Amino acid sequence: MIEKALSGSNRYWAWIIFLLAIMGVGGMFYVQQWNYGLGITGMSRDVSWGVYISQFTFLVGVAAGGLMLVLPYYLHNYKVFGRITILGEFMAIAAVSMCLMFIIADLGQPTRALNVLIHPTPHSMLFWDMIVLNGYLFLNVVGGWGVLHAQYKGLKYATWLKWIVYLSIPWAISIHTVTAFLYCGLPGRHFWLTAILAPRFLASAFAAGPALLLFIALIMKRTTKFDVGQEATSKLVTIIGYAALINFFFVACEMFVAYYSQIPGHMHTLDYLFWGLEGKDNLVPWMRFSVFGGAIGIALLFLARARKTEVGIMVACALIFVSLWIDKGLGLVLGGFVPSPLERVTEYYPSLPEIGITMGIWSAGFLILTILYKVAIEVKLEKEA
Amino acid sequence: MYDLGKIIPGLIVFVGLVSFPIWYNGGDAGAIPKPEKPVLAKECVADIQYMRTTHMQLLMAWRDDIVREGGARTWATARGTEYNRSLQSGCMKCHTSKKKFCDTCHEYAAVTPYCWDCHIAPQETK
Amino acid sequence: MDAKRRDFLKMAGLSALAGLTAPAAVHMLVNKGPFQANAATAAPVGEAGEGGHEAAPATGVRLGMVIDIKKFGENQELARQCIEACHSIHNVPDYGNAKDEIKWIWTEDYEHAFTDQSQYKRNTTLHELPIMTLCNHCDNPPCVRACPTQATFKSKKTGAVLMDYHRCIGCRFCMAACPYGARSFNWRDPRGKDAKGQPFIKHLNADFPTRTRGVVEKCNFCAERLAVGKQPACVEACGDTGALVFGDLNDPSSPISKVLAENFTIQRNAALGTKPSLFYII
Repeated sequence: MIEKALSGSNRYWAWIIFLLAIMGVGGMFYVQQWNYGLGITGMSRDVSWGVYISQFTFLVGVAAGGLMLVLPYYLHNYKVFGRITILGEFMAIAAVSMCLMFIIADLGQPTRALNVLIHPTPHSMLFWDMIVLNGYLFLNVVGGWGVLHAQYKGLKYATWLKWIVYLSIPWAISIHTVTAFLYCGLPGRHFWLTAILAPRFLASAFAAGPALLLFIALIMKRTTKFDVGQEATSKLVTIIGYAALINFFFVACEMFVAYYSQIPGHMHTLDYLFWGLEGKDNLVPWMRFSVFGGAIGIALLFLARARKTEVGIMVACALIFVSLWIDKGLGLVLGGFVPSPLERVTEYYPSLPEIGITMGIWSAGFLILTILYKVAIEVKLEKEA
Repeated sequence: MYDLGKIIPGLIVFVGLVSFPIWYNGGDAGAIPKPEKPVLAKECVADIQYMRTTHMQLLMAWRDDIVREGGARTWATARGTEYNRSLQSGCMKCHTSKKKFCDTCHEYAAVTPYCWDCHIAPQETK
Repeated sequence: MDAKRRDFLKMAGLSALAGLTAPAAVHMLVNKGPFQANAATAAPVGEAGEGGHEAAPATGVRLGMVIDIKKFGENQELARQCIEACHSIHNVPDYGNAKDEIKWIWTEDYEHAFTDQSQYKRNTTLHELPIMTLCNHCDNPPCVRACPTQATFKSKKTGAVLMDYHRCIGCRFCMAACPYGARSFNWRDPRGKDAKGQPFIKHLNADFPTRTRGVVEKCNFCAERLAVGKQPACVEACGDTGALVFGDLNDPSSPISKVLAENFTIQRNAALGTKPSLFYII
């Protein structure tokens, strides 16, 4: 089946080479980081996690978002998603792979990573995160690839595969819940210390994942013969729109609790993110864009569906994706460190090597995604023809 | 089997590459290292042969016992020689040269233990 | 299809049941982990000397420290001497910048050390006093809970929170977990040199290791000195000023217990339930 990815148009190969080139640049920066240490990044004693961990957190959401395609199709027998469920599963594979790469990039001693297995520590949430992420990767590789391979061979997939897929549904919830638990169980970090964190993570995941998927699917409609179909698009719009709305509702709840209770610790980080604190405000334009861009995106999404303009849907998906990326991929993780527990405001700016490595890992993820999607749509088109 | 004509030569090339160091050196394992032994000390903390094969496990056991369990810092051999259960302020007090003792075998075996990333080796004389 | 669906519902029911029991399991993991067994079981017997809702464990040694802020105010040199003694003995590097900074013991101003205290109309002298800050060696340490490899752990013999630098993978979860900013990360090679060729560790103490790049470090309550019958370096540096009193909190006849019985002390952010072992006489 993999041979489908080994032949393609010039445009396909140009895209692959483009991704490989960025990966190469990222790899060179990683060599630099390997030789110098994590001090090469913008992270500091006060802001001890940066873009690596924030990308990781966001991408766990993208991976969990695949659930929104798998669940309707397998549990509710929603046939319309038959063609694109595999895209959700394959997106999960790419996203979890990126997560694991970001974790490794963030470790001070990457060669000791297996200590997590050698000294299993059930009271550490990171230990559980390692289990659920690798488990989710395994479930999607086996489930997604297995079901597609059966179709490729013209057979009905095995019953045990169905159970793998069933298991992946609660598992998707678990990956983002445990990832939220990394943050929301820490005393002294008021911004994260909220029971709503896991639900909020899930809501943003169910919007961001499908938004990226629909965006890519609509691009593929233009560049290949693969068409998601009107009805699936419309249903995805509903899912993305409501999930994004729920996410912003949760954000508003956080705002209310902080500013109505007037407890300083709860207000500090929100002050920093949206208004600036002690004159430090590097995330303010981003966070404001996240709110306004997200709101416009949601409105545009429903409007574009009513008007049946695909370009409108694509723009809306992009807006929502970027908005949620800022919300979780920047604000949530970086904001938790500002101010520090000693109430000092230290700002963080990623360094050039750090950005290079981050882009390299995103490219590696998109390479995995491209190859998997190439296989998936070729098999689908071949069997449906 | 499909593609027999490609698999067999492929395997031959693979085995050739993997075994490159052996045939490149003509099967010669090189000069056996001779680590310099301390002049003054009468015995090591354990039998020499045991130390040769198992010193790494012994060091790890000391390390875990002292760092994590707060274990005893000093110990005595069966013949009553007291010693410090410590790399930096035990072993290296007799084996005063890392270069002439540790490195000779480690270089031969192409291993780079990370002990010295943190622990401070004694000053090399000369 | 219907039969399949019924099967699934059964499964879902079982899963829900498992979900209901999960909080109990989590409680067990969090409260009765191997590092905390006696805190949970010995609670009712213990002395109710602790702030908050739970009593301290009565068994075993629990090292603690009392820091007399006034004494540090009377002799402003004292704090510097403590820091110097600690950092030189433990080969703590000095990078000369805040981003890479590593510190085991340092001074804060009152406002930042005691963020949970009201700063309103505080006497002016208080704001000028250097507040000695170091790892609180919490009895319920969040860093130990967070660490995925048990590289940081609570010593069974002394109750101090220690680091096993051999095991640390450098994930910095403990730094996010510590509410006291007590942890530093080796962002670069501590044995390196600055642009002018000056080593970051000015005078290497050959009796103590350095750390390596990519691990977290912090105060170890001088475990290596206690093991050979010495006092912690900072306590020794204070001599007989009484500015730092060190000892076993679980021993009612220890000097530290007497000092605590006779003085009003406060702790940093005690409301978080971390149960710090450091006390401040203000």
